[in-house]
Amino acid sequence: MRGRLARVLCVGVPAAFLGLFFIYPVVSILGLGLSGGGLDHLIGLPGNANFRGVAWFTLWQAVVSTVLTVVVALPGAHLIARRRFAGRRLVRALATVPFVLPTVVVGGAFLAVFDRLGMSDGAFRLTHTVWAILIAHVFFNLAVVLRTVGSFWEGLDPGPEEQAKVLGASPTRTFLLVTLPRLRPAVAAAASIVFLFCLTSFGVVLLLGGPGIATIETEIWRHAVWRGDFEAATALAFVQLAAVLAVVAVGNGLQRRRAVGLRTVVARAPAAGRWELAANLGLLGMVLGLPVAVLLERSFLSGGGYSFDNYRALAVRVDLLPLTAIDALVNSFVFALAATAMAVTVGGLASLVVVHGPRALSRVFDLGLMLPLGASAVTLGFGMLIALDEPPLDLRSSRWLVPVAHALIGVPFVMRVLVPTLRSIDLRLREAAAVLGAPPAVARRLIDLPIAARALVVGAGFAFAVSLGEFGATSFLPRQPDRMTAPLALFRLLGTPGQQLRGQAMALAVVLMVLTGLSVLVIEMRRGSVGGDF
Amino acid sequence: MISMRRTIATIAVLIVAFFATAACSGTDNTPAVPISATTAVPVISGQTVTLVTHDSFWVSEGILEAFTSATGVEVEVQRLGDTGQLVASAILTSGDPLGDVLFGVDNTFLQRALDADLFVPYESPALAGVAASLILDPGHRVTPIDFGDVCVNYWIDSFGDDLPVPAGLADLADPAYAGMLVVQNPETSSPGMAFLLATIAEFGDGWEAYWSALRRNDVAVTTGWEDAYYGEFIAGGGDRPIVVSYASSPPAEVIYADPPVDSPPTGVLTDTCFRQVEFAGILTGTDNRAAAEALVDFLLSPTFQEDIPLNMFVFPALSSAALPEEFIDFVELAEDPHLVDPAVVEANRNDWTEQWTNLVLR
Repeated sequence: MRGRLARVLCVGVPAAFLGLFFIYPVVSILGLGLSGGGLDHLIGLPGNANFRGVAWFTLWQAVVSTVLTVVVALPGAHLIARRRFAGRRLVRALATVPFVLPTVVVGGAFLAVFDRLGMSDGAFRLTHTVWAILIAHVFFNLAVVLRTVGSFWEGLDPGPEEQAKVLGASPTRTFLLVTLPRLRPAVAAAASIVFLFCLTSFGVVLLLGGPGIATIETEIWRHAVWRGDFEAATALAFVQLAAVLAVVAVGNGLQRRRAVGLRTVVARAPAAGRWELAANLGLLGMVLGLPVAVLLERSFLSGGGYSFDNYRALAVRVDLLPLTAIDALVNSFVFALAATAMAVTVGGLASLVVVHGPRALSRVFDLGLMLPLGASAVTLGFGMLIALDEPPLDLRSSRWLVPVAHALIGVPFVMRVLVPTLRSIDLRLREAAAVLGAPPAVARRLIDLPIAARALVVGAGFAFAVSLGEFGATSFLPRQPDRMTAPLALFRLLGTPGQQLRGQAMALAVVLMVLTGLSVLVIEMRRGSVGGDF
Repeated sequence: MISMRRTIATIAVLIVAFFATAACSGTDNTPAVPISATTAVPVISGQTVTLVTHDSFWVSEGILEAFTSATGVEVEVQRLGDTGQLVASAILTSGDPLGDVLFGVDNTFLQRALDADLFVPYESPALAGVAASLILDPGHRVTPIDFGDVCVNYWIDSFGDDLPVPAGLADLADPAYAGMLVVQNPETSSPGMAFLLATIAEFGDGWEAYWSALRRNDVAVTTGWEDAYYGEFIAGGGDRPIVVSYASSPPAEVIYADPPVDSPPTGVLTDTCFRQVEFAGILTGTDNRAAAEALVDFLLSPTFQEDIPLNMFVFPALSSAALPEEFIDFVELAEDPHLVDPAVVEANRNDWTEQWTNLVLR
């Protein structure tokens, strides 16, 4: 009886969540647009040279961004997973930080970095080029690969590598032929998230790419908001969703691999070599550190010198804002906590269904719950406005709508970390437990739960960070002024002239960044208590 | 396993309960207090009126409370995105509106909102104190609440005896000012659109030739105001001394200066200004008509109007509203700002921006 209830809840909760808050709104808005003439637009798209250009650019910049991110992140993932060094946890937590930085701030920081490196003009100009977009995408998404792959790698049995070494294989050969194939589920999971992020990237493209560059995402926004052409916007949104669906289906296929052997107890990793550490941290420092350093410097710049004045000002409300910057941070944290709780619950239950449920259901869940990550903020925001408007679902003005929207984006993170991990729990461990006489329930508790908890914590950290930094979907939902989030406050501060406001905005961005780093650190401390000796 | 299942079951039940509560709390809308249209003074006390507006809307504490203590009507503010997002959302939800009164549609989007029948007519008695030039809908479906001029700003120190401050739009195409101007893309930025309209109002059919000349003069284009003002303009560390911004930017440069200054480092070319008027309207489908009308009247009251400048950095529509010191000292308002009929804007907007993109970006 209880087993049945659990099964119903495992399937019902994620299905209801996705159905109500994503599928219903998105189908409503697409249906409205397509029935109102959008279908003709859709049919006309392939013949439209402008659209073909935009679609091609959207696709290739996302592919190149993803490949670059994976290549840059893999050495760091290895360092975090297989080497011991002081500050390992800190590096892992810090890498999450770019996630919460609003693009308007990061864009400004990048432009300043280009300027200092002499790359804002001339032959090596990066400003308003596709290179700027690619670099920023690596900056934002590095953490996804670093942490998703890192956490998986950590649990990977090093036995095969040691055997390869004994048999005389070179490190490169060992990596390519022994390690990489076994990392495939995690790399595919991380890459599919990064790809979706880059495919639907908005602020980075507009700001760093400049006015001459467009992607499907920015075109949806331009048509819906500026041109008032919902039909054209709907046709583009439809194409975007179809592309996302295809990408997720392929990505999920690559991840469907069982039993690569994850362990509950991780052997003590060897200490990192000095050069290995320096090269790795140097690379991370270049990509992540430079823009952050510019931000830090600006946040201390006040009154013509350096001081903490901008930080002190965060406690004082400026006339432009309904609350102090600190209150906005508190709002963001409350929303992020609620969003994380929802994302972990929905993502956790859905992962169980994906791994242990019937095949058809498993595939549908695996696919469906990824989609919100690839849907445009315009589609989701407008969809929620027109769909959730009637009792008992009149949620348009509900305070819960913002965390729900954030949770939709958080669920894929939880699942992409949890599913490959659950799939890879070493069957031999369970068999060994059975041989030793443990009932299946006990074996599951002792083996599955600790490994799953470790992954769940990584996913929760992402969901939390994603919610803290989310701007797009939030801006499309009605909110009471006193519920203003930190990214929205930041945006408002930057929308009016005056160095004081700009200084405050930079200080707020830094505080947001530090608090995120700390939160992720604290969340990860918890994993020590369940996940073995790390 | 049993304990794990139990934990999962508990969490699931909690989540379901949580959403059930959220769903229920969403339904407790304003009680339908019957309003008789025939009564001279409808009883509106005890009602709640919802004001839907953009993310830049804010008034000092105590202002909306003054309305509540005078009328007994509570105001709930719901903010949503920028002007473009707000108008698009209102059109998508028309008939089942997000609130009772919408504030924030401007004259560049006005016709689109009117075409969608977003508003019901209401002629506020307070309109008597508003300049006729701001009343752009003779049918009074919308009421002007404030205006803000989008003007070319310049960095004062960059100009002097060697190079005088440009006199107006035409000078910006002069090679003497090459590489100095930064503007925003009219397809992604509200001041960018306003500036394009200013050039169309000034040059008529010659606007395309003008923009070709600007391009030859190395005009920089950004996506939004932030990257123009803080990225390219000298004020934010850039190297361009001329930027499209607002008439209220100089007072903001004084109020939020760091370190404090006595006068703004920037000036405004008053012959380049496009007047952006912001309106409020009663949303079609409201069941709070009388309270909504009272709120529109209040938005034009001196209490609200005098609170506008320092919170939203625009100018009150009510001619008699007193301005803060900084707005008196550091603003020079254009006497004859550029205006384009909202119907003409809406009819041509997409063609103009497409033509502009071809001329300037391609």
